[in-house]
Amino acid sequence: MITWFNENGLLLGLALLDGLAYAALVFMVSVGLNLVFGVLRVLNVAHGSFYAIGAYAAATLGGLAGLPAWASLPMLLLAAVLVGLLLGPVIERVLLRRIYSEEPVIQLLVTFALFMILEDAQKLVWGVQPVSNDAAVRLLGTVDVPFAGDVIPFTAYQLFLLPGVALATLVGLAWFLRRTLTGRVIVAVTVDREAATAIGIDAKKVFLLTFTAGAVLAALGGALASPTTSLVPGIGAQTIVLSFAVIATAGLGQIEGAALTALLIGLGRSVAVYFAPELEVVVPYLIMVAVLLVRPQGLFGAAEARRV
Amino acid sequence: MTQSGMRRAEPWLALAGAVALVAVAWAAPWLRFILTLALAKGIAVLGILLLLRAGQVSFGHAMYAAIGAYVVAFAAPSMGDVLVLLPLAMLTAGVVGLVIGLFITRYREIFFSMLNLALSMVLYSLLEKFYAITKGSDGIRVAPLSIAGMPMDGPMAAWVMFGTALAVAAIFWWVARRYLVSPMGEALSAIKTRETRLEFMGVSARGVLLVAYVLSALMAGAAGAIIAMTTRHVTPLLAYWTSSGELVFIAILGGAGGVLGPFLGAVTYELIRVYAAAAFADIWQMALGLALLAVILFAPGGVWGVIAALLRRARVS
Repeated sequence: MITWFNENGLLLGLALLDGLAYAALVFMVSVGLNLVFGVLRVLNVAHGSFYAIGAYAAATLGGLAGLPAWASLPMLLLAAVLVGLLLGPVIERVLLRRIYSEEPVIQLLVTFALFMILEDAQKLVWGVQPVSNDAAVRLLGTVDVPFAGDVIPFTAYQLFLLPGVALATLVGLAWFLRRTLTGRVIVAVTVDREAATAIGIDAKKVFLLTFTAGAVLAALGGALASPTTSLVPGIGAQTIVLSFAVIATAGLGQIEGAALTALLIGLGRSVAVYFAPELEVVVPYLIMVAVLLVRPQGLFGAAEARRV
Repeated sequence: MTQSGMRRAEPWLALAGAVALVAVAWAAPWLRFILTLALAKGIAVLGILLLLRAGQVSFGHAMYAAIGAYVVAFAAPSMGDVLVLLPLAMLTAGVVGLVIGLFITRYREIFFSMLNLALSMVLYSLLEKFYAITKGSDGIRVAPLSIAGMPMDGPMAAWVMFGTALAVAAIFWWVARRYLVSPMGEALSAIKTRETRLEFMGVSARGVLLVAYVLSALMAGAAGAIIAMTTRHVTPLLAYWTSSGELVFIAILGGAGGVLGPFLGAVTYELIRVYAAAAFADIWQMALGLALLAVILFAPGGVWGVIAALLRRARVS
């Protein structure tokens, strides 16, 4: 054990740092998916497309000519908000509103169709060649992280900014949902849509708001991820499957639970990247399957009574 | 025409369809390849249809097709007989389906869909990453095949595969037709409407769904084997989510109302694809997505629904 640590300690440290940054991104996307599912009762398969489009938009906006270096950070946020505000409301009003009363199978298929459409739209706009823009990462430079008597140089962007934004989102969202009127209205619709409507809550408005918020969160996840990786077609599919794994493992409707699970899955995956690369993609699903075998309602979910 | 009237008319429609397929394959040899693939996909879609009857949609069934295809690729060099490979591929897919099904039939709706999707993505990445065994994304070339000891080549091979696909499709069509009117099959639609009442009657809903799941895995395995033997090349893409999405798409396009739907859907889909892929090479998925939305929102019965409506009208007038 000790000799193993001496040989692989640094690698493990790097894996943990990487995992933390990765978990932050995964959390941003899955918390949005979770929120939308909780309120609308529709699993939005196209949620991963918002992530992908947010990432591409951020790379494009950040790469505009004549932009000062400091602007690369606000551009990430701007890209996410633009994508979320442009796509979210339109899709909710035009498409989802028609299918709230349909069977779950039909709802899944409709968002799946939307996902196929957005996937190609992405390829049309940004092509199939890898796109990358790491201005924001270069702007913040690197830090030496002391680990086990050694130092690991790591980018400040991944070390501070990503977990910072994720933490702010977690705290902000929990505060918004539990302490503000709008947030409590959203929670009321999640818990009991009929009763909420009966006391005069406009469910349609809540749906529109929630879906847009979810789209912005997913796009923000993508925008924040864009400086750390190169963007290729297919990241949308990966993201939706991964964030579903997170919310299924956490239990539907859990915010703090989603954060912890994102951490678990993020760390698990990055440890796999360094120590068993061929298992990288498999690890999140192994964790999910293992959890669901023991607790079908997820790690933090309450067991739901069966509908009669 | 009533529901049972449609059911009686179905064998004649099936026969007419089979004759039409053979005639087209004869007249236009280049379409024979396309039609073989369409029939194979129709077989896999038939499995999707069984699950749809229970109100469940699998976004991962291409996994079983990929299993069938890779079994063919791995086994072909040592025992390259179609009559051996096909049952072997089906058996393997069925056994994997049983193991996964024992776990996955505990879940419904989105969990069922997404767990299937997740597992198929796992298989995809395993096929892609373990280069030493699977040759990664390059895929494996399927060794020369024989049937009943006779080596297959050229046009004869194409006809053998077309005939095999047609025969397997006919067998599964008959099995699915009988299965759906059997007590097991009736219980399947009860899972969709009121699962708890099914259990009150002392029927295990999980057991009912498991049978359908294993059957659907067998069908997808057969489809994958036929695809591998026809194209003679297998890649991890067979297990990718787009392939699973394609199967679900064909099921909706064909219509979930009758067991002929999957084959109508598959032939329509493949023919449209051949002609339209050239026109929309870059936005092929987008066109599919739009078509899927159009079918769901405006023609929920699919191709089968349209034909049934036409027949009904003809009978009335």
